[in-house]
Order: sequence, then C-alpha cells, then structure tokens
Amino acid sequence: MRHGALRAFMAKEVRHILRDRQTLTILLLMPLVQVVLFGFALRSDVHDVRLVIVDPAQDVASLSLRSRFASSSRFRIVATTRSASAVEPLFRRGDAEVALAFEPDFAGRVASRTEPARVRLSVDASDPNTATVIQSYARAVIAQWAEERAADMPAVAVRPVRIATAVRMRFNPTLESVNLFVPGLIALVLTLVSALMTAISLSREKERGTMEVLLVSPLRPWQIIVGKVLPYLALAFANVITALLAAWLVFHVPFRGSVLLLLGESLLYAVVSLALGVLIAARTSSQRAAMMVAMVGTLLPSTLLSGMIFPIASMPAWLAPFTTIIPARWFIVVARGIMLKGVGLPYLWRETLVLVGMALVLMLAAVRSFKPRLA
Amino acid sequence: MRTLRVMLKKEFLQIFRDRFMVALMFVMPIVQLLLLSNAATFEVKRAAVYVVDLDHSATSRAVVDRLRASGRFVIEEASSSMTLANEAMLARRVGIIVGLPADFGRDLVRTRAATVQLVLNAEDGAAAGVTSAYASRIIAAYAAELDAAGGVRAAQPSIDVRVRNWYNPELDYRDYMVPGILVQLVTVVGTLLTAMNIVREKELGTLDQLSVTPLARGTFIAAKLIPLWLLALVELSLGLVVARYVFHVPMRGSILLVFGAAAVYLVAALGIGLFVSTLAATQQQAMFITFFIIMIYLLMSGLFTPVRSMPGWAQVLAQANPVKHFILLMRAVLLKGASLRDVASPLAALGAFGAVILALAVRQYGRRVG
Repeated sequence: MRHGALRAFMAKEVRHILRDRQTLTILLLMPLVQVVLFGFALRSDVHDVRLVIVDPAQDVASLSLRSRFASSSRFRIVATTRSASAVEPLFRRGDAEVALAFEPDFAGRVASRTEPARVRLSVDASDPNTATVIQSYARAVIAQWAEERAADMPAVAVRPVRIATAVRMRFNPTLESVNLFVPGLIALVLTLVSALMTAISLSREKERGTMEVLLVSPLRPWQIIVGKVLPYLALAFANVITALLAAWLVFHVPFRGSVLLLLGESLLYAVVSLALGVLIAARTSSQRAAMMVAMVGTLLPSTLLSGMIFPIASMPAWLAPFTTIIPARWFIVVARGIMLKGVGLPYLWRETLVLVGMALVLMLAAVRSFKPRLA
Repeated sequence: MRTLRVMLKKEFLQIFRDRFMVALMFVMPIVQLLLLSNAATFEVKRAAVYVVDLDHSATSRAVVDRLRASGRFVIEEASSSMTLANEAMLARRVGIIVGLPADFGRDLVRTRAATVQLVLNAEDGAAAGVTSAYASRIIAAYAAELDAAGGVRAAQPSIDVRVRNWYNPELDYRDYMVPGILVQLVTVVGTLLTAMNIVREKELGTLDQLSVTPLARGTFIAAKLIPLWLLALVELSLGLVVARYVFHVPMRGSILLVFGAAAVYLVAALGIGLFVSTLAATQQQAMFITFFIIMIYLLMSGLFTPVRSMPGWAQVLAQANPVKHFILLMRAVLLKGASLRDVASPLAALGAFGAVILALAVRQYGRRVG
C-alpha cells in the first residue's frame, strides 16, 4: 500500500518533468552545447598576435628582424611607426597587443658585438596570461634571428652551454582543453540537474501549498523525498551519458579507466547533489530564494572553486581549505583520474570516501530539516 | 506617470519585504567576488617536484638547487627510480618529475649539451603549461650562468630584450579577472531576478489581474525593470568598491563612463530576462532558460579564455554577445584608462543589443498577455 503510493507519487513527478517540454529540452541540450563549446570554442592558445613596430632606425639589422616577425605565423604587423607615442592609443582601443621598439643605432650595435643591441618589448599585460605567452613567442623569434646571425660572425672557439628540456605532458599530451573540461562538465551537469532542479521542484510545492497536501497523505517524509529525487536522478544520468557520448564520439576524449566505475562515482556525486538540493529546499521559503541559494551556493563554486577551470594549486593558501567542502572538487579528481589517467579505486579511495561522507551528512541534515515542517 | 510611481512603490515594497532575498542579493555576490576572484588564477605558486637524479654530480645537484631556490618548486620526494616517481604522480603527490639522466654532468663538460627531462601532470592543463615554462626558464638561466662562469663569450650578437608589461607590470591575474567576475555576478542577478519576478506574477495569477486593469503595457514593464536596474547598479557599485579597496584593481579610466556603460548594458541584460519571462510559464522554466542563455554568453564572453583565441565562427558569434562587449569595455576602461572614444564601438554594440532585445521582448510580451 505504502509502496503503491510511492510509485504513484513518482509517476506524478515523472509526468511533471515530461510535461514541461521547454525545461526538458534545455536540460537535455545543455550538456551537448557545453561539450561543443568547450571542445571548439574555448581555447587559450594565443595566435594572430597583433604587433606594432616602433623603428626610428630603419637600418639593415632592424629591417631584417622586422621581416622575421612579418613572416612568423604567430605575429601580424598592424602598424609601423617611428615614435613610441603611437603605441598607447592602439593598446587602449585593443587594436594591438605588443610593440617592438628598436634603438636608433640598432645595426651598429648588432655589428659591434661589444655592447648588446637593445630592443624593447611592450606588452599589453591587462590579460597577464596572454601577455606572458606573447612575450615568450617574441623572445623566441628574436633569439632565433640572433642565432642565425652567428653565421655571419667570425667563429668563436667555444660554443655556449646548452641544457635542453625534454617536456612531456602526461595524461593529456596536447593539453587539449576538452579533455580537461569534460570531467568538470559532468560535475556541473549533475549539480545543475540534481541540486538545482530538486531544490526548485520541492520549494515549488511549498510555495503553492501542495506540500501540506503531500504531508497529510499516507506518504512518509522520506518517501516524498525519494519520490521527488529519483526521477531527477534518472534525468541527471541521461545527461551524463549524452555528455560522455558527445565527448567520446565528437572529440575523442580518452576513457582510459573503467566506465562502470565512472558511472558509479557519478551516481554517488548525484546523491550528494540531490541531498544538497533537498536541504536547500527545506531551509528556504520561496522558489526564488531556493534558486539563488542553489545557484550561488552550488553552481558557481562548482565551476570556479572546484579545479574545473582554475587549478586548486594556484589558489592562495587561505582559500584552498574552502575548496574541500565543495563536492565537485572531489568528484573532478575522481573523474579525471578515471578518464585521463586510467586509475581505479586504489588511487581514488580517499576522494570516494569523502564523497560518501558528504552524502551521509547531507542526507541526514536534509531529512532532519525536513521534519520540523511536518507539524 | 502617477501609475508608474505607484507601481514602482509596490515593486520596491515587494523586493524589500523579503529580507532574506535582499540579503542574498547583496551579500552573496560580494562574498562570491571575494572568493572567486582569488580562485581565478592560473599562476603556479608552488609545484611539488619529484627528483630522479641518476647522475649525482655537482651539476645535476645544482640544477635541482636552482629550481628549489626559485621558490616556485618544492622538492617533495627524490629517488633514482622513475617507476616510483610515476607512482607518486598517479597518486597526485607531485605535479612534476625532474629527470636528470646519468652522465648529465659529464655530457655538459664534453659536448656542452645535455638534456633534463620534465614530466608534468597535465591533468591541470593550464597549470602544467605554466609550470613547465618556469622550469625551462630556470634551467636556461643556469646554462647561461655556467657560460658566464667559464668566461665564454657568445658567438652570436647579444640582443638585450627589455620587456615592459603595460597596465599590469606585476602580471597580477586578479586585476584582469575581478572586472569580469563583477560583470558575471551583476548579469546573473539582474537577468535571473527580472525573469523570475515577472513569471512569479504569472504563476500566482496576479499577472492576469494586472492585465485587466487600465495599466499600460509600457508602464508595467518599466515598473518591473526600473527597480531591478537600480538594484543591479547598486550591486555594481558595491562590487567596484570591493574591487578598489580589497583587490586594489587599478581604475585608470572614468568611473562615470563605467556607470554609463553599465546603465546601457543592464538594459540589455534585463531585456534578456524580460524576453525569457515571456517564454516561460513557471519560475523553474524561467530559471533554466535564463541559465542556459547566460551560460553560453559567459563562456563565449572572453571571461575565462580570450575571444581572440576562439575559432573564426565563434568570434563572429561573439559579436552578438552583450556580455563580451561589456567585459571588454570594463577591462579597457578600468585597466587601460580607455576613453569614451576608445570604447565607442563596444558601447554602440551594447546600445543596439539593448534596443533590439527590449523591442523584441515588449512585442512578444504584448502577444502573450494581450
């Protein structure tokens, strides 16, 4: 009898979800769009750097170095001036990123070899990452040019010492961003569907007064929660699978570890998020408030404090402890470990245990804060 | 006019009656700004290193010393087994393995060339790139040091490259991120609240009641938008105060220009919210549609990855993205001191977008309710 009621309640909930075509479409579309965006559009490699040449000298050497920049595939010369004052307006308007300024007697200094020839590289560092990359590109072009000039020079007995660095990027040799983001994306989708949808759906019943009707029905509180939560869990899973399929089929994101383990961990993470959603709904009074809390309290931290985009190792020391209370942070380690490194539970048991702990604590808190409203 | 005043009063009352929401609206974004701005960096302050030194020469030890002395690398573990090192990386105890092959020191003396092996955990893509750049630079500097000690004069012309980093000499990533995150927060709050505020009236049935009163459509929409528009501006001001006094973000341009642009931008942002409210029947729908749109706008806005790094088609699409234009404008005005003339084109794009979306929303609105 009780279970019959639970089944009926779940059927009602499923019908609610299926009836709202708009939300359903968006929910199913969202992970796909995100995978495509992350895969195609979100890259941080710097190309087509717009360069301003400030060359009062216009001599053999400066022209030669200029042509080296002109023929480089990374740089595009957008302006050539004689005075440095023309640079600033270009930077301000965002029409150029870097300026290369020669000193007046550049060729003379290059030939003399007693004193170093000076060039000044001015970079628009308002975006520090891009600035750093541009700087290293420009230095490489200059160094290569200088090296080739060595052929024109009288031979010197001793070659300079060279220590090469052989760099290997393990687990993601090309630093492909989609490989890094897909694990985070799964966390994001699960948070969105599980925490946000559940929180809103429950607080909607409260706002409309139908929660009271439910509470006086033969359903027990835990049954109400389970009935609410299970359909969303199924939806969340459908989402995870579409995202994974898109990542695998379109972008060939590696799956080095066990897919089964990944799905199991996703389930665990979904339970954590669902419990969080129930807790939020129990503690807030309106859909708007539930949404704000869910959005600001779970979604934004899950993208920015979880290591999904910005590495946790880069955060200031005082901030790092905050990340430990964010479930997504642990899940992302697990998902990346399974997908990119191909490791299993022997390496991931600690993270898994943290998630299990979080699930238990949150579920307990959710059920407890749900009860007082019974009266 | 009087109706508008009465409606505005009602809206303000309604907003401020819900104390919890007001607190949320103001406290949450500020807390977020404080936390997220600190989190949003790719800079690597401390990388855990595993050293596999098979050489044990003075030179190989010197390389390790230089890495340690830079302060960016901490030698966590060392052994002569690559297998153990791999194990440490799999368990995430270290982020980089520095391998010094046997005969490293001897090769340097004999052939004047040797190779250091760097293996990075590229799970954290950007961090791995930055870490390897640091390490390579330190090792190259050590090579130059050896030359100088040996009195070797370069066989090539020496070019002294002086680099000046304009607008952000310390390369502090927060200066760049804070204005962007501020835009994100104002956008999320403004757009979502607009959409949900109107749909709530729909859900409660009070919208139908309003539509049979002599209240004009324009007055109703103005009464709904103006309070949230003001709230978002207040929120932006609070955010700017935090940016200035907590993060010491430089504000080189005119603050008036920032607010002027924000006023225009918010029309666009709230217009999106209004448009969504005509499509949605429930608050849940409104939230998901808004969230979907905002997510695409934010990811394509250049907030996290530069727009100029995107493929061509994505850059074309980004032109229709108000968030992109406003972030660009905020960064240009605050960090570079751009004037009205410098940012005329993004500002015009914002104005155009605002006008179009508002017109569309109002038309759509008439159709749905009328």
